[in-house]
Amino acid sequence: MATYVLNFQGLADYAQHFASGLALTAELAVAATAGGVALGIIGGIVRNGRKNLLYKIWTAYVELFRNTPFLVQLFFIFFGLPELGIHLSAEPAALLALIVNLGAYITEIVRAAIAVTPKGQWEAARVLGLSKWQAYRKVVLPPAIRKVYPAIVGQCVLVMLGSAVISQISCEDLTYAASYTQSITFLSFESYMAATVLYLLLAVIMRHAMLGLGKVLFRGN
Amino acid sequence: MMMEFTLWDIIRNLLFAMRWTLALSLVALGGGAIFTLVLLTLRLTCGARVNRAISLYVNLFQGTPILMQLFLVFFAFPLVGIEVSPWTAASVCLILYASAYLLDIWYSAVRSLPRGQWEACRVLGLSFPQTMRHVVMPQAIRLAAAPSVGFIVQLIKNTSLTSVIGFEEMTKVGMVLTNATFEPFKIYGLLALGYFLLCFPLSRLARRLEGSSR
Repeated sequence: MATYVLNFQGLADYAQHFASGLALTAELAVAATAGGVALGIIGGIVRNGRKNLLYKIWTAYVELFRNTPFLVQLFFIFFGLPELGIHLSAEPAALLALIVNLGAYITEIVRAAIAVTPKGQWEAARVLGLSKWQAYRKVVLPPAIRKVYPAIVGQCVLVMLGSAVISQISCEDLTYAASYTQSITFLSFESYMAATVLYLLLAVIMRHAMLGLGKVLFRGN
Repeated sequence: MMMEFTLWDIIRNLLFAMRWTLALSLVALGGGAIFTLVLLTLRLTCGARVNRAISLYVNLFQGTPILMQLFLVFFAFPLVGIEVSPWTAASVCLILYASAYLLDIWYSAVRSLPRGQWEACRVLGLSFPQTMRHVVMPQAIRLAAAPSVGFIVQLIKNTSLTSVIGFEEMTKVGMVLTNATFEPFKIYGLLALGYFLLCFPLSRLARRLEGSSR
């Protein structure tokens, strides 16, 4: 059996590619998190509301996106939508796919959190003369979201890790940098190992940053 | 080369490829379940060092993209002089991936049983396998059922990533069909429908189980 010595030094010339790939992955993670969480909070409210048309459409959206692979969603948006006249270049298509995918999961997390709000809180808000939206914003949402915040953080990190497949529509993210480097150097294992370590690092940083942000956001609740 | 594909040709090809999506899911689930049981036994019976090693493995597989895991497994075998097919690499990788998540689910189900039950079993003179078989498992399985079925949905969806290392499952065949017909809207729509038909009933089942375990 041949012994193989790993050659990480061979990657040194491509550090710039890894850095810019990491930057794109991080940027998309931040944008997807902001968009997906916003979409999910709206969805959580819609899915707790009256069972009108919007409720039905949102339910279908959630079920559709939670029960199909992200890769297929990405291909559908990037390759399929142009047939309807909606042309997106790779990065906007990837960001859109990440946001709608994350939004579907966050909708279910927030829906469940709002659903278990004690009846007394709604009644108290009504007695105080708050409108429905004021009640959501000032009474119901803060403790509900606080309760499921760790689950939200977990889902956001999962979506960041899942974003590795956007390299398949030639977004120049971290995975793309590894694929590019190995195609020139033939150091396949080393390239992907380097990218994996960077993903792991990014996941740890993202988790801690979001949990830290949560401590600030939910102070006094 | 432009070929004429009827709608039925497309559906037939996707259904044919769905067998490989299912086969890979079943291998990953079966292999993953066996490996998880081994790890679970180690976790419950061995000391701190083994436990640390196991949680390192769990954290590494949960904290990195499964696409990277697939690439690393695929390219690791040639380093030691073994050429493997995409099928083998995908199976090995998804078994390791599944175990990292199933172990978390099953371990917390076992741990959530009151300590007194373990002590009672010991007093009754039951061995570890007997305790597991007659006391712990029947209860833990009910607790772990809903999240385990939920994870199977994740597993089925993640088999789509094996198309990237060249395994010809449903997504790969969808990509090939798109290249031949230039009808991405129809084909990726049908592909999504295929996954939906596999995953949606399982998601419903998971929700029902969740309701009944409370």
